[in-house]
Amino acid sequence: MNILELHSLKKYFSDQKAVDDISLNIEKGSIFGLLGPNGAGKTTLIRMITGIFYPDNGEILFNGKKFHPLDDIINIGYMPEERGLYKKMKIGDHAIYLARLKGMSRADAMTSIKKWFIKLEMESWWNKKVEDLSKGMSQKLQFVTTVLHNPQLIILDEPFSGLDPVNANLIKEEIFSLAKNGATIIFSTHRMEQVEEICNQIVLINQGKKILDGTVREIKQNFKENIFCIEGNIIPEHLMTHIFEVVSFDKGKLLVKLSGDTANNELLNFFIKQGVNIQSFNEVLPSLNEIFIRLVGDTAPTRKFETIN
Amino acid sequence: MNKIGIILSREYLTRVKKKSFLLTTIGVPLIIMIFYAVIIYISLSGNNEKQKVAIIDEANLFKGKIDIKGTDLEFSFIKNETEQSYVKKYVQAGFQSFLYISKDTASQKKYQLHSASSTSLPVIESIESIINNAIREKQLRANGVDPSVFDQLTKDVNLENTIDTEKGGKKSYAGIAYAVSFGCGFLIYMMMVIYGTQVMRSVTEEKTNRIAEVIVSSVKPFQLMMGKILGIGAVGLTQFIIWIILLVVMQSAIPIFFPDLIHQINKVPQANAENISIITETIQGISSLPLLKILLSFLFYFLGGYLTYASIFAAVGSVVSEDQQEAQQLVFPVLMPIILGFVIMTKAVNDPNSSLAVFGSIFPLTSPIVMMGRITYDIPIWQLALSILLLIGSFLFFTWITGKIYRTGILMYGKKASWKEMVRWGFKKG
Repeated sequence: MNILELHSLKKYFSDQKAVDDISLNIEKGSIFGLLGPNGAGKTTLIRMITGIFYPDNGEILFNGKKFHPLDDIINIGYMPEERGLYKKMKIGDHAIYLARLKGMSRADAMTSIKKWFIKLEMESWWNKKVEDLSKGMSQKLQFVTTVLHNPQLIILDEPFSGLDPVNANLIKEEIFSLAKNGATIIFSTHRMEQVEEICNQIVLINQGKKILDGTVREIKQNFKENIFCIEGNIIPEHLMTHIFEVVSFDKGKLLVKLSGDTANNELLNFFIKQGVNIQSFNEVLPSLNEIFIRLVGDTAPTRKFETIN
Repeated sequence: MNKIGIILSREYLTRVKKKSFLLTTIGVPLIIMIFYAVIIYISLSGNNEKQKVAIIDEANLFKGKIDIKGTDLEFSFIKNETEQSYVKKYVQAGFQSFLYISKDTASQKKYQLHSASSTSLPVIESIESIINNAIREKQLRANGVDPSVFDQLTKDVNLENTIDTEKGGKKSYAGIAYAVSFGCGFLIYMMMVIYGTQVMRSVTEEKTNRIAEVIVSSVKPFQLMMGKILGIGAVGLTQFIIWIILLVVMQSAIPIFFPDLIHQINKVPQANAENISIITETIQGISSLPLLKILLSFLFYFLGGYLTYASIFAAVGSVVSEDQQEAQQLVFPVLMPIILGFVIMTKAVNDPNSSLAVFGSIFPLTSPIVMMGRITYDIPIWQLALSILLLIGSFLFFTWITGKIYRTGILMYGKKASWKEMVRWGFKKG
């Protein structure tokens, strides 16, 4: 079942087609990666999903029904990329305030906050002021305030920026456990290595349009270039053949690109026949980063402004 | 509605709990009061010291008797001394100064006041008036006129203005009415500027802090704007109420701290009569004013004016970024009508029924200030009703428009919005 369905969503600003006809489905309980270079339209798309912007065109279905920002907002937790807190407020009060704006009662907010503060080792912060926190600490607080009303859909925009590896790991674990407990997570970033690690499904958007949609495995399969890595006691004399092209060869580690419809086993047979002792053999799939750059790299690094009537 | 309440209470409490709020609300009036109390105390206690003046009255102008009513002077007639001989002695004899009146009527130096140090102006004026009175009396008698008859003939006229209404004539207290009108108009002007700019600054802060986006993912931008405006307005009202309470408490506390004050005034018979009449006049004047009407209109025009302008200020705050200069440029056109209102108000208190005053008190952008300037005078019902309706209408209109500008502006970063763009956002559908 899809928790969220977007049907040909459009949002035009006076000088930019920020989101230009995007459709996608997000399955309940998945960790969904929303990728794209700076200015691709990620934030605008998210703002429509969170009810901050109304789409110019298209439809959003939340849990199968038409999205009603006022009613559905309680089921959504959103941590924007540009995030701030009231500097002069105490941390406990601040968390309660944001929880109550989400519609929680004071008592419920209190219980939930205490639970999360203990989990993330933040109990001692309660009476500190926000301005006393380091960047990483306030990031953790932001995360807690995003999830403490147990939303069904959690949208995190660059959640790890500014976090050290220890705290980033802590948050990552929490994201996994939230997903395990049934929450759906939309994870927006342009850091591909995190996506590969965390997300089941990804969508890549560029210049307001969706250019890629699928599971990480599918996408990698789609973009694979038949490159294999073979390690063994290979010497250059072994490489005289037409069944593959050598990509690189370094101290017995060989990268080859198979040509045409050559099967993997043919490649192995070729080396075995020559008496090579093969230590390892595997297919090299492109990283998301490579796919990303391949798809996006040849467009202009920043979007141009245009006139829209 | 509930969410507006949560935002309102946060905005209200964070401001009221601040030390600076306590300081300006309670501290400033307290300091002013203490300052005045000290001045009153010093000026009164200074009066205790009597100026001792010696007189050699060779012309026998006073006939050995001086009327010193209403002065702090004490005269002693010195006999058997001349001007030259006594000049050397009066300081030793304990006098601050010594007045010599020569027998020689033609002399340039007929009246001479000698003193060791320069004499204060009030003392010289008192002595002059005593001499003048004595001369006048002497001349009146010389011409066969009884001085008491003369006093009756030349009595000062007090012009009393009676306003004829259907309920019969009533006394007018122009001075009091003027002061109350001006005071109310000025207060509204101050509150609108101070609290309006506070709304603006707070909105800009939320925007540059990037907390706005976090909040608007939970509440509608309009709720955030209204919560903030109402919260800050409530701070203003609280400040008012505390000031009124302080004023009442202080007024009743003055006699406790300065029991001498009334006593002091009583000691000086002339001043006494005058002061009593001023005090009673003031009390009568204030009670002759339509106090309930003033209070209700004050509350209405404060709220109406504040809400209208605060929403405009919020919209301006939402489109500016960190650049303070940019904010000032945008704020200027908003301040213009407020200042215009103040200028019209200063005219309206003098001439409450002029067409300018009537226009200013009906036009919704100036009416909160100008109408308060006319409030102590009788205002035709239709003007009051029209002004109230227009103000409510303009409040609804401006919050509707500015809500949309705010919604767009608060999430716009880096780009400066022009007035033209803001107007376009304001009238955009949806």
